[in-house]
Amino acid sequence: MADAKVIPFDEDSRGRRGSGRPRPARGRTPAPGKAAGKTADGAQPPLAAVQEDGTVPPPGIPAQAAGGRPVEPPPGQDPPGDLAGALGAVADRVLGGDWERKVASGLAFLRRRVTGDYEVDEFGYDAELTDQVLMSLLRPMFGAYFRVEVRGIENIPAEGGALVVSNHSGTLPLDGLMTQVAVHDHHPAGRHLRLLAADLVFMLPLVNELARKLGHTLACAEDAEVLLERGEVVGVMPEGFKGLGKPFADRYKLQRFGRGGFVATALKTKVPIVPCSVVGAEEIYPMVGNSRTMARLLGVPYFPLTPTFPWLGPAGLVPLPTKWVIQFGEPIATDGYPPEAAEDPMLVFNLTDQVRETIQHTLYELLVQRRSVFF
Amino acid sequence: MGVGNVVLVTGAARQLGGRFVRRVQNDPRVGRVVAVDAVPPEHDLGGAEFVRADIRQPMIAKVLAQHSVDTVVHLDVTGTPLGSGGRTQVKETNVIGAMQLLGACQKAPTVQRLVVKSTTSVYGSAPRDPAVFRETTPVKSLPSGGFAKDAVEVEGYVRGFARRRPDVAVAVLRFANILGPDADTPLAEFFALPVLPTVFGYDPRLQFVHQDDVLDVLVLAAFDARRGTLNSGTFNIAGDGVLLLSQTARRLGKPTVPVLLPAVTWIGQVLRTAGVMDFAPEQIRLLTHGRVVDTTQMRDTLGFEPTYTTAETFHDFARSHGPGLLPPARLAAAVDRVAAAVPPPAAGAAGTGARR
Repeated sequence: MADAKVIPFDEDSRGRRGSGRPRPARGRTPAPGKAAGKTADGAQPPLAAVQEDGTVPPPGIPAQAAGGRPVEPPPGQDPPGDLAGALGAVADRVLGGDWERKVASGLAFLRRRVTGDYEVDEFGYDAELTDQVLMSLLRPMFGAYFRVEVRGIENIPAEGGALVVSNHSGTLPLDGLMTQVAVHDHHPAGRHLRLLAADLVFMLPLVNELARKLGHTLACAEDAEVLLERGEVVGVMPEGFKGLGKPFADRYKLQRFGRGGFVATALKTKVPIVPCSVVGAEEIYPMVGNSRTMARLLGVPYFPLTPTFPWLGPAGLVPLPTKWVIQFGEPIATDGYPPEAAEDPMLVFNLTDQVRETIQHTLYELLVQRRSVFF
Repeated sequence: MGVGNVVLVTGAARQLGGRFVRRVQNDPRVGRVVAVDAVPPEHDLGGAEFVRADIRQPMIAKVLAQHSVDTVVHLDVTGTPLGSGGRTQVKETNVIGAMQLLGACQKAPTVQRLVVKSTTSVYGSAPRDPAVFRETTPVKSLPSGGFAKDAVEVEGYVRGFARRRPDVAVAVLRFANILGPDADTPLAEFFALPVLPTVFGYDPRLQFVHQDDVLDVLVLAAFDARRGTLNSGTFNIAGDGVLLLSQTARRLGKPTVPVLLPAVTWIGQVLRTAGVMDFAPEQIRLLTHGRVVDTTQMRDTLGFEPTYTTAETFHDFARSHGPGLLPPARLAAAVDRVAAAVPPPAAGAAGTGARR
């Protein structure tokens, strides 16, 4: 579990090659682009990320911040023009014309981070860190590795609350992260998906910290209600661990949707339910077995055995590069029901079934259209 | 009653109690202030009448009757010992003291209002809890010991008292971590350490309430409610917004040392034995999972708007304590130096370089 969120960082270097994000320099300088592009394009955010990841700046921070770039001449002194010129030319070629602006904004970001001058909401969501660092770390995985195709993003309303209900699969919850990137990068109104996560996420060190900073919170009615009332887009995977850790043979078979608590919350807050179907995540870690003994020892719901994990050690944690489709379906309105509807178990069950059927059907449709698992 | 209320304040020898006594006696609605504590206060209590009484003893009932007290403000619910007393004494004052005081109030017909200082740590702090606690949120993991458990027990006795004396208006104020230039809370002690130990892999969300806001809301609760508000019941009191522990460390300019969770308890014990600070288990839980409360009731029902947000409270605290080993201003200046060095010379050269 702890590695779930770590994987994107491993992928970073590999997946950089062809991210779907606009990167003007890539085509122009193919040869140095790989090495230089990596440092130059990501120079500011990853640098800050190094400090962020630990959350707690190590005592050496000022040394890093100030002395980390010893090449920079001190202010006041005229820097040697040749060197700056050469550096500028390289950066210019690699990054396109506006690299000075990028550097400046990166430094401004760094300044805010080292002085603690940024804001988080009461759930611990660090919007700035998510936008500038965490999303850029997940994006290569989204664009280049899984080549996620996003459909029906307009079904998420441009404003006001909405509850995105998605299927859950893949042994490690990468599907949630990818859905978050999909909403963040593709929604015209630039909305943020606030995911509801299992309590296990908030017990694990580092994972809980990253999850909170990414805007995730515990899957409970209280938190979901607060977020929806505030007009946020909330994402929930009602299958939970049953869906995430199901055997490979059961792929794309939706599991039970709990007690329909998410529907009750949507009814109470009168927000539309947006069904979301994710295809491709099932095959990233084909779970052929489950070691109950290990699971019990580690205190996790399941311990996956895949063709590569744990046999190849950490290398077994590299997901298969499947091709993904994330489809958001037509929203299901809940504002037509009377206020007491949330307490009506029959209505809640019917709506839960309706959402579940919609997702299941969309999954089958997408599977029929799919040419191959990997392309 | 014609000459104004008689207010009895417990815990007057502490910072908070002393400030409240000095503050409340200037209120025109107050006739007399009776300040009570087991030890004489080191600070000035102004025109208040100090009665040296241990609230753990039945004598407190006599004090109530003698002064025909009508408002009791119970502030002697604290986590830190005053002077040399140990944890046992703190617990006794918190729990037995509350029992005796409430018993005395029950028998005193003049008492019409009771204000009790509690803490948001009654909610505990666990990964299974919702991110934001409301007054009604059921507690999933009750605090297992320490001040938090005392507060839970005190609140239980207060509820019992409220049932037996429905004519008394009872307000329980659950304060978030109180900070300010001279707050003497465990968290203030923690932030005073030169290097902040943190739990590796956790960045708790913290909420603070300013010591001045604490006084304001206590005054608000100690008198008749303003029109359209209700000041009896249980209320969360906290400043707006949230700070992460990592943010507080950076704003203070103090380096942090992440410690693995299993070792944290051990380090806490070492610090306690060395007498540096009392690093209670509940404190460790707070610094692991954090705690944030919802303050809608405070605004809408109690009608209280804190002057300071969480960030402003912390700023005030940090200012009064001076920067740590890594002053944020110096870090910012370092980044600024880099920023000043980078673009201007490169901008012109880069332009020509690209065009060539």
